[in-house]
Amino acid sequence: MLRFLLGRLGLLIPTFFGVTLVAFSFIRLLPGDPLDLLAGERGISPERKAQLLAQMGFDKPLWQQYIDYVVGIFHGDLGTSFASKKPVLDEFMTLFPATAELALCAIIIAVCLGIPAGIFAAVKRGSIADQAVMGTALVGYSMPIFWWGLLLIILFSGILQWTPVSGRISLLYFFPQPTGFMLIDSLLSGEKGAFVSAVRHLILPSIVLATIPLAVIARQTRSAMLEVLGEDYVRTARAKGLPPRSVIGLHALRNALIPVITTIGLQVGVLLAGAILTETIFSWPGIGKWLVDSIARRDYFVVQGGLLMIAAIIMLVNLIVDVLYGLINPRIRYN
Amino acid sequence: MNFQKTLKATLLGASLAVIAATGASAKTLVYCSEGSPEGFDAALYTAGTTFDASSKPVYNRLVEFKRGSTEVLPGLAESWEVSDDGLEYTFNLRKGVKFHTTSFFTPTRDFNADDVLFSFERQLKKDNPWHEYTPGAAWEYFNGMSMPDLIKEIVKVDDYTVKFVLNRPEAPMIANLAMDFASILSAEYAAQLEAAGTKDQLNQEPVGTGPFAFVGYQKDAVIRYEAFADYWGGKQPIDSLVFAITPDAAVRLQKLKAGECHVMPYPAPADVADIREDSNLTLMEQEGLNVGYLAYNTKVAPFDKKEVRKALNHAINKQAILDSVFQGSGQAAKNPIPPTMWSYNDAVEDDDYNPDLAKEMLEAAGVSDLSMKIWAMPVQRPYNPNARRMAEVIQADFAKIGVNVEIVSYEWGEYLSRSKEVDRDGAVLLGWTGDNGDPDNFLAVLLGCDGVGGSNRAQWCNDEFEALIQKAKTVTSKAERTKLYEEAQVVFKEEAPWATIAHSVVFMPMSSKVTGYVMDPLGGHWFDGVDIAE
Repeated sequence: MLRFLLGRLGLLIPTFFGVTLVAFSFIRLLPGDPLDLLAGERGISPERKAQLLAQMGFDKPLWQQYIDYVVGIFHGDLGTSFASKKPVLDEFMTLFPATAELALCAIIIAVCLGIPAGIFAAVKRGSIADQAVMGTALVGYSMPIFWWGLLLIILFSGILQWTPVSGRISLLYFFPQPTGFMLIDSLLSGEKGAFVSAVRHLILPSIVLATIPLAVIARQTRSAMLEVLGEDYVRTARAKGLPPRSVIGLHALRNALIPVITTIGLQVGVLLAGAILTETIFSWPGIGKWLVDSIARRDYFVVQGGLLMIAAIIMLVNLIVDVLYGLINPRIRYN
Repeated sequence: MNFQKTLKATLLGASLAVIAATGASAKTLVYCSEGSPEGFDAALYTAGTTFDASSKPVYNRLVEFKRGSTEVLPGLAESWEVSDDGLEYTFNLRKGVKFHTTSFFTPTRDFNADDVLFSFERQLKKDNPWHEYTPGAAWEYFNGMSMPDLIKEIVKVDDYTVKFVLNRPEAPMIANLAMDFASILSAEYAAQLEAAGTKDQLNQEPVGTGPFAFVGYQKDAVIRYEAFADYWGGKQPIDSLVFAITPDAAVRLQKLKAGECHVMPYPAPADVADIREDSNLTLMEQEGLNVGYLAYNTKVAPFDKKEVRKALNHAINKQAILDSVFQGSGQAAKNPIPPTMWSYNDAVEDDDYNPDLAKEMLEAAGVSDLSMKIWAMPVQRPYNPNARRMAEVIQADFAKIGVNVEIVSYEWGEYLSRSKEVDRDGAVLLGWTGDNGDPDNFLAVLLGCDGVGGSNRAQWCNDEFEALIQKAKTVTSKAERTKLYEEAQVVFKEEAPWATIAHSVVFMPMSSKVTGYVMDPLGGHWFDGVDIAE
């Protein structure tokens, strides 16, 4: 198992360098430069521009800028945002808990509803219920997030007034946020009603963000279950007279879960991509919107630093998935 | 249905309990702002969103724009004198002005000349310890308004008198000092931060003399202020001001309708009619201090002939553009400055839409089978909400007089940079939003000879026009300046370096309970003097 782990960790090193290179070059390949964009219609004189480029280290050759960037990473320095003039890492650490909280809630919703829905559809294969579940999943998968979010806001916040329109907590509450996770901080604050308010604010964005992963997980669970349910050992288990619940829950599901876990791991990327739109619609102060704004204004350090941090998170989650995989299926460990 | 009712009742009960627990008697005005401030030291930035959250509520300037106008009034300076040669501006400072007392700073003295010197010298002097106090501090507006070339020195005459000595006469100087970058910070607070080794805090926890004191900011979410009880202009009618950062226009409107905020900026054009019909909402509107234009390249044939430019101007159907591009939120432009600006020359006659005349004029100028490029901006701006469509309308108009148009576009940074080139091929759609309400800020920046190869996209340098605007910089009498700018507008219209297209209308929806809100022609959002009716 240790060898397996070391092998997986070893793979992270070239991936890490690959990501730094892609993040570094991607933003520089886009046309337009940050100073022109910052100056807008007003414009900037060539002398002033040269002076500012030198101040930010952009007068150096590209290879040297790249080396400075990588060396900076090892010193925990991802550079400073042009726009806010603040260190990129500080901004990331401030905003990331909001995205993490939203993504965690979304993945919990997606898993808790997606797997049972998939099992149900597989067991009732071909029935109207199966078609209804899969049809709904397809609709969920195809739904543009932006439109879906606004639709829910208009219905639940506008017409029914069940949930707040946007934000993380009611504006009436103002307390320190040591963890950045509003659910935890609202409990720690001891303020009456703060936790309820945080939960109410989390409901709609979590549902919106969970929609696509939920649909994918449901469909993946269904097809994995169908495959497993047709296997000989399941037939044997049934022939032995085991109750259907044990056959499905113990024998079939455990094997069917392997591809599903892979899918869940891959949804982390989908969640972070979805967070960009969800955060914009619900005014959720996370990293998605921060990154998009930074791409638009060519804030090089934010884009390359933010992309690197997101890639590191995805790599970490995939590592965890690989390890879980090994735990569930011993054959993978030894391969 | 019962479940729905029960749930709604429970949630409503919970909300009311929360309101009761936190003291609903204090008046809190919630503004659903469109974006996050980049920081709170306004002089470091150029974005209106940042100014709304920093310089406007928290700080004052030596002089201030009168609410809802571009007229300059005394601010932290009670009065000022300008020397006869226009080179010395002496400001007499207001006495007894307090800085905010906050959880992070308690002032021990009132505002005085040291604060003025600190606020400007950090931007002006490269050897000032605050010149590079935060990485990337570039003082963009200060430099953009040419202050380092203009200001020779700033002298503290005594504790309540400060003198600005200039290198050349500059009539718009007073208007410049009412701008956001000229906000006055506390030198005492800065010294405290410097001693503690936390200079960065100056940009994160602001202390000023303004109507609202900063309380806290949760990044990209909420900014809180409380009314400053000792404000020299009197305590505000509201007790607290909250900015709820809400980037999406549709969501802002939903929040306004749900009563989660009282005021919102920048509604989506498609929602304006709906807002107008809502009896719980008030929709304020005002002409924006901006202009959208099509700049010909007057250095390239055949656009170097004014007859050709004039002919093309007669071919543009501005009403069609207002209908299809602005959808009712614009007005046709005939001058390069907007009608709300002083010295606007209403006597100037616009080039009317007359394709037959345009065709004749082109023939008379000896131009036939003309092909040209029109550059369409890739971004939305208040002065041009849809440049592509605008370019298409003009393309169709020009086709009617036999001019073939190819529409081109580039990424925004590229667009701004390439459109400056003196030998640029084609006419450029662009615009401008005023900074300080002074006509010089439009006419000199956009059409002066210094701007050729830069912000003067028509690459137009006309001796007569230049002489008028240069003279207007040096005289301090407003009446005289008005006359000069009016003449300059006549020259501009005759020479037609641009086709002036439109000025936009800015909308501001708010709860009908909000009273005392005044729209700022410069596009800022101010909450002093605003109240909420019970």
